Amino acid sequence: MSTIPAALATATGLGVAGGAALLVLPQRVRGGVAGMLTAGVGVAGGTAGVAALGGSRWSAQVSGLLPLAGAHFEVDALSGLFMAVAGAVVAAVAVYGIGYVAGHGPHGLGSRGGQAALPLFALTLLTVPTAASVSTFLLLWELMALTSLLLVLAEHRARPAVREAALWYAVMTHLGLVLLLAGLSVYAAQAGGETFAALRTGMAGMSPTVRGLVFVLTAVAFTSKAGLVPLHAWLPRAHPEAPSAVSALMSAAMVNLGIYGLVRVGFDLLGGGPAWWWLLVMAMGGLSAVYGILQAAMASDLKRLLAYSTSENMGLVVLGVGAAGLFAHAGNDALAALALAAALLHVVNHAAFKALLFTAAGSVLRAVGERNLDLLGGLRARMPVTAGLFAVGALGAVALPPGNGFISEWLMLQSMIHGLAVPGVTTAIVLPLAVAVIALSAGLAAAVFVKALGVGFFARPRGEQAAVAEESPRLMLAGMGLLAALCAALALVPGLLADGLDRAVEAAGHTGTRPVTGGGLRVRLDEVSAVLSPLWILAALVVALGAVMATVRWASRHRRRRTRARLWDCGGGAPTPRMAYTATSFAEPLQRVFDDVLAPEQDVDVTPVRESAYLVERVAFRNRVPDRIEHRLYRPVLGLLAAAGQSARRLAGGSVHVYLGYGFFGLVALLVVLVVGW
Amino acid sequence: MNTVGYAAIALQMGAVAAGAPLLTGLMRQTRARLEGRAGPGVLQPWRDVRKLLRKEPITPVGTGPAFRWAPLVLVATSLVLAVLVPLISTDTPVRGRADLIVVVALLALGTMALALAGLDTGTAFGGMGASREMTIAALVEPTILMAVFALSIPAGSTNLPVIVAGAADQPARLTSPAGLLAIAALAVAVLAESGRLPVDNPSTHLELTMVHEAMVLEYAGPDLALVEFGAQVRLTVLLGLLASLFAPWGIAATASLAAVLLALVLVVLKVMALGMALAAAEVFWAKLRLFRVPELLAGSFLLALLAVTASYFLGGEGGQ
Repeated sequence: MSTIPAALATATGLGVAGGAALLVLPQRVRGGVAGMLTAGVGVAGGTAGVAALGGSRWSAQVSGLLPLAGAHFEVDALSGLFMAVAGAVVAAVAVYGIGYVAGHGPHGLGSRGGQAALPLFALTLLTVPTAASVSTFLLLWELMALTSLLLVLAEHRARPAVREAALWYAVMTHLGLVLLLAGLSVYAAQAGGETFAALRTGMAGMSPTVRGLVFVLTAVAFTSKAGLVPLHAWLPRAHPEAPSAVSALMSAAMVNLGIYGLVRVGFDLLGGGPAWWWLLVMAMGGLSAVYGILQAAMASDLKRLLAYSTSENMGLVVLGVGAAGLFAHAGNDALAALALAAALLHVVNHAAFKALLFTAAGSVLRAVGERNLDLLGGLRARMPVTAGLFAVGALGAVALPPGNGFISEWLMLQSMIHGLAVPGVTTAIVLPLAVAVIALSAGLAAAVFVKALGVGFFARPRGEQAAVAEESPRLMLAGMGLLAALCAALALVPGLLADGLDRAVEAAGHTGTRPVTGGGLRVRLDEVSAVLSPLWILAALVVALGAVMATVRWASRHRRRRTRARLWDCGGGAPTPRMAYTATSFAEPLQRVFDDVLAPEQDVDVTPVRESAYLVERVAFRNRVPDRIEHRLYRPVLGLLAAAGQSARRLAGGSVHVYLGYGFFGLVALLVVLVVGW
Repeated sequence: MNTVGYAAIALQMGAVAAGAPLLTGLMRQTRARLEGRAGPGVLQPWRDVRKLLRKEPITPVGTGPAFRWAPLVLVATSLVLAVLVPLISTDTPVRGRADLIVVVALLALGTMALALAGLDTGTAFGGMGASREMTIAALVEPTILMAVFALSIPAGSTNLPVIVAGAADQPARLTSPAGLLAIAALAVAVLAESGRLPVDNPSTHLELTMVHEAMVLEYAGPDLALVEFGAQVRLTVLLGLLASLFAPWGIAATASLAAVLLALVLVVLKVMALGMALAAAEVFWAKLRLFRVPELLAGSFLLALLAVTASYFLGGEGGQ
């Protein structure tokens, strides 16, 4: 009996039966049961993923499950990677979720519908990568969209903004589905079969135009799921408004599946393609990386900031995927495998630290009731564990040494730097730009997370709620602790993942190369002879820290530390919290630097005293940094649609005769078209 | 080999730790003389450190762990850099780990720790300094990485000893357009990263111009000594890095004690020369307005990008 089918069956059983059972259970036990069931789904699915990463494969065909074609499933190392990631995130977030819903009462995530949708959503996250036919894939994809939509809507009673966010999400995700449906249908029709195996064999006889069409349609759909600019508009809306456990799942596991789709269709099914596919992909990735992190730098809503950071990280991943495609096209399989391995490792790392950051933000939201960084502050004293865990996540997100994000960005930079071995003017222009994009986004990410941590958790509380915040319940801390342990493991012993990564890359079609090897403690790139040992860096830092502390203690040995001193502040002394820097003021220099890109809006309203034009009664100043792409791209389209709808109302005058006339003329027109056209 | 290699590392770290305050003293003295002042003498920074270390350590009310640990992290990262960057010898036990990207990241880690400490105080100055510092750091990082990219193309590796050894073997690399552009870009980045004119004035206490100083205003006693010492070590290591990358002559490639000692003398002289040149230049430079700094950094970024392109189009085949 193989592990994979058993684990998958367990996950499915737990998810489906749990979803049904939760609809009838009383509210008192619902949170705990839902959490445990979801954690079970996560553990089971993750086990299957790990088994697949370890080298086992599994495929099955269930003919009765879907009409006409039946359902096809196949698990290889590439699906295994995404399943393992989703499983780990789901398990940890489910534990967190038990504590999260405990104090919430019967509304929001704790509601009957919300709790029933949770294990189902978790199940779809784990099973989408197992699909091996177009219909199975689309069905699971749509189930994932629907269950997540239900969960995004969970708190719609509490805030009207939730409904708007859910509407955006619903529309965007279904536009994506339409594109995906179109792309995969064309592919299946041309290939003469709808299982992935048939698609692979049918690919050879297809014209380049059709293949390009299929790739563009599916790539647009997948990148919109991954939250890439310019199709990211749903992400900074849905992530902040969803309950935090759900945002963690969406941001750490669901967006990954966009990457999965891109890799699966682009490399495995279509077998790579011409350079322009991957240049397009890289352009989107680069744009998202820089634009996403810039918007994050401007955001003062903590969860919105994290959502934009997801856009950035997915952009980096897609940049790596695009580079892999470019190298593969040029025939350098070793470099392609390295770039793809870097991208996949970044998916893993991002999932770990982003889930941790979102759950920590959820703890803050639960304790303070506020997401606005300008009103937070001082939480490290009131919520030390949450603050510490957020710091661990932030260290991962800034891509600096003892954090896990550094390793994948290092790998990515190595693949780009050595990519110039691929001849051609294209690489000579594209790769330096890609390195610049990675470096700029890493630099800005440091500013973003210094802001989030420094303004949100350090200094003194700027709001009344923040001053009386209390630490989260144990289960929430336990869930976050699991994620933090995952981050630490990924940061210190990334070499353990090397074999799994190599198998996943191989499953994507780059056979015969082992880009990354590691003996547990370090990452070695054999093709380009580079080595990174994160544990060594940490050890060196710790030794240096110890030496410095010992020296200072020895040099000032007879002095006790005074802790009751007041802040000097240039002689001003005892500044009030209102004088401290807020997130908005922290971001102001960056806003000025990127003025042309961000196009901030400023309003000054001056109200003079009634008798005099010179005496001012009130001055109001407003500064907003709107999402510019949204303004330029979505507004006009939405406006056009609204205008069309408005003018169409004139057609419906209310007169039955007119409606009958429409029917008559419609029929005549149709007949004429049929006669003339066919 | 091993004993000499370890000796080289110990020598290098000792020289950097002992020499960093002296370098600052030398630079201040140079400035003073050029401005017609007598100056406090080269040893003054060491006297300052000794005085500060004897004072009472103070943790102000309302600050947290970030404030306590930032000076330690800053000095620790700087010391690790002092070990990693090949100044004396390219044949040391740590040569396999001296990756340029790691070096850039460790620099950024120290910067970030201080910025967090600045925010942790909750004062207006601390936040202002942190905000400005992170803005500059965010723009410096791409420049440094691009310059790294340009340098690593001819060497075929991002490993620092490999780059330095390659440059020492083939001096023609340095005079190529790519090498010159990369030097210029990296020099500007070093000025920004070490908080010198024209990006930041290390001796200012005027609120409109402060960047680094505003972040560390609340430090006193031993903590202040650490902050100052950390900044001095960073400057020394960065100048040493410039010297190693662009004037690598004399660096020990083999493990002989005589070569190591000669290299030590040479690198001290090179860093002293660079420091005095920088100090002399600072006499004539004015500090840029804060919002003109990004233009300077964008310019140096462009130079680095050109360096990469040039090294690909002009020296791609010649390098190997």
